[in-house]
Amino acid sequence: MSKATEIISPAHGEAHAHDDHHEHHIPKGLMRWVLTTNHKDIGTLYLWFAFIMFLVGGAMAMVIRAELFQPGLQIVEPNFFNQMTTVHGLIMVFGAVMPAFTGLANWLVPMMIGAPDMALPRMNNWSFWILPFAFTILLASLFVEGGGPAFGWTFYAPLSTTYSGDSTALFVFSVHIMGISSIMGAINVIVTIFNMRAPGMTWMKMPLFVWTWLITAFLLIAVMPVLAGAVTMVLTDKFFGTSFFDAAGGGDPVMFQHIFWFFGHPEVYIMILPAFGIISQIIPTFSRKRLFGYASMVYATTSIALLSFIVWAHHMFTTGMPVAAEMFFMFATMLISVPTGVKVFNWVATMWRGSMTFEVPMLFALAFIVLFTIGGLSGLMLAITPVDFQYHDTYFVVAHFHYVLVTGAVFSIMAAVYYWIPKWTGRMFDITLAKWHFWCSLISVNVLFFPMHFVGLAGMPRRIPDYALQFADFNKWISLGGFAFGLSQLIFLAVMIKACRKQGEPVSDQVWEGAEGLEWEIPSPAPYHTFETPPVVK
Amino acid sequence: MANSNSALVTKLLLIVVGMFGFGFALVPLYDVFCDITGINGKTNETAAVYYDGQVDESRTVTVEFITRTHTGMPWEFRAQTKKVKVHPGEMNMVEFYVRNPANKSMVAQAIPSVTPGQAALYLNKTECFCFNSQPLAAGGESLMPMRFYVDPQLPEDIHFFTVQYTLFDVTGNGTDDKPLNNPFLTSFSDN
Repeated sequence: MSKATEIISPAHGEAHAHDDHHEHHIPKGLMRWVLTTNHKDIGTLYLWFAFIMFLVGGAMAMVIRAELFQPGLQIVEPNFFNQMTTVHGLIMVFGAVMPAFTGLANWLVPMMIGAPDMALPRMNNWSFWILPFAFTILLASLFVEGGGPAFGWTFYAPLSTTYSGDSTALFVFSVHIMGISSIMGAINVIVTIFNMRAPGMTWMKMPLFVWTWLITAFLLIAVMPVLAGAVTMVLTDKFFGTSFFDAAGGGDPVMFQHIFWFFGHPEVYIMILPAFGIISQIIPTFSRKRLFGYASMVYATTSIALLSFIVWAHHMFTTGMPVAAEMFFMFATMLISVPTGVKVFNWVATMWRGSMTFEVPMLFALAFIVLFTIGGLSGLMLAITPVDFQYHDTYFVVAHFHYVLVTGAVFSIMAAVYYWIPKWTGRMFDITLAKWHFWCSLISVNVLFFPMHFVGLAGMPRRIPDYALQFADFNKWISLGGFAFGLSQLIFLAVMIKACRKQGEPVSDQVWEGAEGLEWEIPSPAPYHTFETPPVVK
Repeated sequence: MANSNSALVTKLLLIVVGMFGFGFALVPLYDVFCDITGINGKTNETAAVYYDGQVDESRTVTVEFITRTHTGMPWEFRAQTKKVKVHPGEMNMVEFYVRNPANKSMVAQAIPSVTPGQAALYLNKTECFCFNSQPLAAGGESLMPMRFYVDPQLPEDIHFFTVQYTLFDVTGNGTDDKPLNNPFLTSFSDN
């Protein structure tokens, strides 16, 4: 928040009377959740769905790490191992990270801009409720004859068109449904932010979480349809005799990679821009200072989003591109580190000489800044074309994207949940358990992912169930870190269950001493209906 | 409010539909882009005219020929000349051996691909078995010629390039007598 400070809320007493009136009409039981059009209910549904998917995808990661605990094949068949890497990736990207951000957007965007709800509440209900079907289809495909998708979450042709099983159709349909859900969610966010801001909530007064989500939503409607096109082409190539990616019919398998990564690179920013927004909300609160460089944060986010459309081929340096193209994609990629660096420096400058305290959300936010930067730096290494020929498809890449997605996106989601859940439930979560969760996660996640840099540089390939003996020691450590990180998330589950059962001390409306913004002006817990009379933002 | 919502939703949906279409438009765009730049290694599909300029004796370029048959294609297919050193501008001829071991007559189509891709634009074929589909009776064999010259404009940093021919089975595609310029379309009409 820049200058949006003085907020005149509707008279509290009146608002309460109004809200109480509505509280009596909250439907009870299962049908409340099926039929709900309330942004807070739908936000809760998204967040729990994402958490369940996080645990399911995490269980698959445990299978992967158990198999890789020692060299040789001991626990699962290679084909099943490939299904685990594939579905783990799909679930974490489309089932955990993206729905978690959509859930946060549902809860927070209306409260932050002073709107009573999302602009299109019925569509909001749909966009959530088709998701469980998408993932039921995807998970069910693991049990059909021939097994589920085993071609990697990137489903490169011809692996997905020529060498895949019949379950590919199920994979395609589930991705279609996920895409439709994301697009509907994105349209809802854009319309809400465009049309439902409270009087006085000008563009440059919007909280950064709202800004980053707005830009993310535009990325979503721009690239999710391209993904839908790509899976449709895979479907017709496999089942209806077209030859988009089949050289025998005049197509080109390399073209698949171009289309996929035209979606795929903006997609990775879809998974990190809302995280930037979250961190930009949390750091000022616990530094007790205004965010440093609000405007530059907005412009940096926009630049990252625009640049994301012209860097896709850095995933394809080894496909035999001309040197000129490789140079272009290398430098365009490196250019992204400039706006990203602006953000990191702004966060550091916000903390500079601030009265910092280290509550649980702040711990996660600080871990985010350090560890995301490590992931960003390994990304810069990967951007260098000549060395990418060595790193390509090794565990170095796995280390890189897990640093930016687990210690980046996932840590930011955890920070956000710890930051806002007292507002949602009206009670403080179990701080001791939450600190256990943080420290166990922080240590284990580094034991898990840091050694992957070393085995990757030494040449261990990704997506392989067996490996050379020289990698055995590191892989043992990686697996132990993996199991510890997996178990640490059960602490998170315990904290969340306790919080949702409303155990804990009641909190004030502001919850955190340094918190500023419209969502901290309303009572805790946030009433079922908020801002039915728009607040005036000066 | 309701009106401005639906106007905005309509615009956003148009973007969605447009981007879905753009995904498919990338397919022809990709072909056109590669045609112009030659970066995916596709060579000319019709005969080039003979070169009558100066042969650049000062440069020597090595051209390597490799062959493969597509999955399920039973033919024997190999280059008689594996590697040839040429001067840019000079005419050359190489031959490829094919044999049809099947007990039925078949039709094949060879598709070339050049690595590195940039060299594709500078490989000029005045005569090539790949311009037409090649019928062969059961058990038949044949030597197929390919005449080419390397354009002297070939970038200075390319000293070596590889031409790979992949042989596809196109029996019964109805293209036996005409050049197979766009196999993409043929396979569509087939299905």
